[in-house]
Amino acid sequence: MNHQWNFSAVWDNPEALLAGAAGTLRIFVICLVLGLSLGLLVGLGRYSKRQWIYIPASVFVEFFRNTPVLVQILWFYFALPMLAPFEISPLMAAALGISLNSAAFSGEIFRAGIQSLERGQWEGAQALGMTQAQALRRIVLPQAVKRMLPALTNRAIEIFKMSTLASAVAYVELLQQGKLIASLNYNPIEAYTVIALLFFAFLYPLVQATYALERKLRQGD
Amino acid sequence: MPWSASCARATDDHRPMTATDTSAPKLRVTGLRKHFGKDEVIRGIDLDVAPGDRIAILGASGSGKSTFLRCLNFMEKPSAGRIELAGSMVGAQRPGPGGRLETVYTERELTQVRQRVGMVFQQFNLFPHMTAIGNVMEGLRTVKGMDRAAAEAKARAQLARVGLEDKADTYPARLSGGQKQRVAIARALAMEPDLLLLDEPTSALDPELVGEVLRTIRTLAEEGRTMLLVTHELGFAYHFANRILFIADGVIHEQGTPDEVLKNPQRPRTQAFLARHNEFHF
Repeated sequence: MNHQWNFSAVWDNPEALLAGAAGTLRIFVICLVLGLSLGLLVGLGRYSKRQWIYIPASVFVEFFRNTPVLVQILWFYFALPMLAPFEISPLMAAALGISLNSAAFSGEIFRAGIQSLERGQWEGAQALGMTQAQALRRIVLPQAVKRMLPALTNRAIEIFKMSTLASAVAYVELLQQGKLIASLNYNPIEAYTVIALLFFAFLYPLVQATYALERKLRQGD
Repeated sequence: MPWSASCARATDDHRPMTATDTSAPKLRVTGLRKHFGKDEVIRGIDLDVAPGDRIAILGASGSGKSTFLRCLNFMEKPSAGRIELAGSMVGAQRPGPGGRLETVYTERELTQVRQRVGMVFQQFNLFPHMTAIGNVMEGLRTVKGMDRAAAEAKARAQLARVGLEDKADTYPARLSGGQKQRVAIARALAMEPDLLLLDEPTSALDPELVGEVLRTIRTLAEEGRTMLLVTHELGFAYHFANRILFIADGVIHEQGTPDEVLKNPQRPRTQAFLARHNEFHF
């Protein structure tokens, strides 16, 4: 093996990489917000004693945990428009697949986090006259989120990396652009190396920031 | 039609919470029962609490005394019976399955009841993510909707009352057990409850910390507060209470003044209970 490194195709197309990075960030933010907020609802549903809430939430979790995200994205993009009379963009298909999958996983994190809190915290809040919703918002969630932070961080990292699956429906994100650059004058080594390093450059500071946040939140303990 | 008939009766019973009947007892409990599955823990308790009453509730563990107390602010929903606060019944009666009347409660009503019936727990249940003053302010802000400055002033005054003004900005993790319980008492008092329930407030404390909490409770008694206290501290119960209830097997087995129940118990089970407590007396 005597590879002649040649990054020209990468450096000559900064706008392609920039567009890819923007697409990746867009998917990440959409799926993080949708996935976590839907996950909170699902997690509360799984915590509920009412069967008509608990059962649908559980079906949702089991279904989306046990099917591959890639299959879901392809299904939303190719199969759904044939069943229902509306267009679906690559972004919508990818965001749906990744968000629903993340909601299923983060729902379990929320449920476990809320369950890990002693009953006394609910009772302390209720004894003051708080409603369930007030107790959840003021007393239970702030403490539970603190405990869930490491698991939620992992979820966020996972969502970021899953964004590459959007390339399966040709959505413009980093991997899609990497493929494009790799094919320009056949230099996959350089193209994919740069893409991998770009992901690392995004994620490493993100992870460090959440460590700092965890330390800050622990101060009251 | 039975449905409309019982509905009308429920409405009659259910006077608004603001209409306070001063001649009625602060709290009236009639035929209270509570079961967990097939396990019947409370098997018919009647009790009237007059303003200023200080009632100590004694009994062996598993007798149902804590469950009884927890029914009074609906931490546990009673299985049967009725609870009246200042003359108005909590909950509304509706025909349930099998035509029997069952009592239903709305969350809104229970949150109002709990503002009037404060509770202090054995395990304190302070909110660890808030400072001492944050704990005391929480109900004022979230439940009563007070603005920050007013809530803070009131919370500070309550902390001063339990001798912990200097610990206002301390998190619970840095307080001793006795201090935690005094903050919990301040938190309950800040809501200005008509009635205070204390569920074994000193049972989780190291023996040398029990005194400071009991002294705090005694000052409340001297202010004329109406209180129900579940405790194992017989000596304190004797000095604190004007009435003693001895609960066994989910019923009030014996009751009376401290002198009657503690010094001259009439029933064998009360005598045996007191004898066990005084076994190592010196």
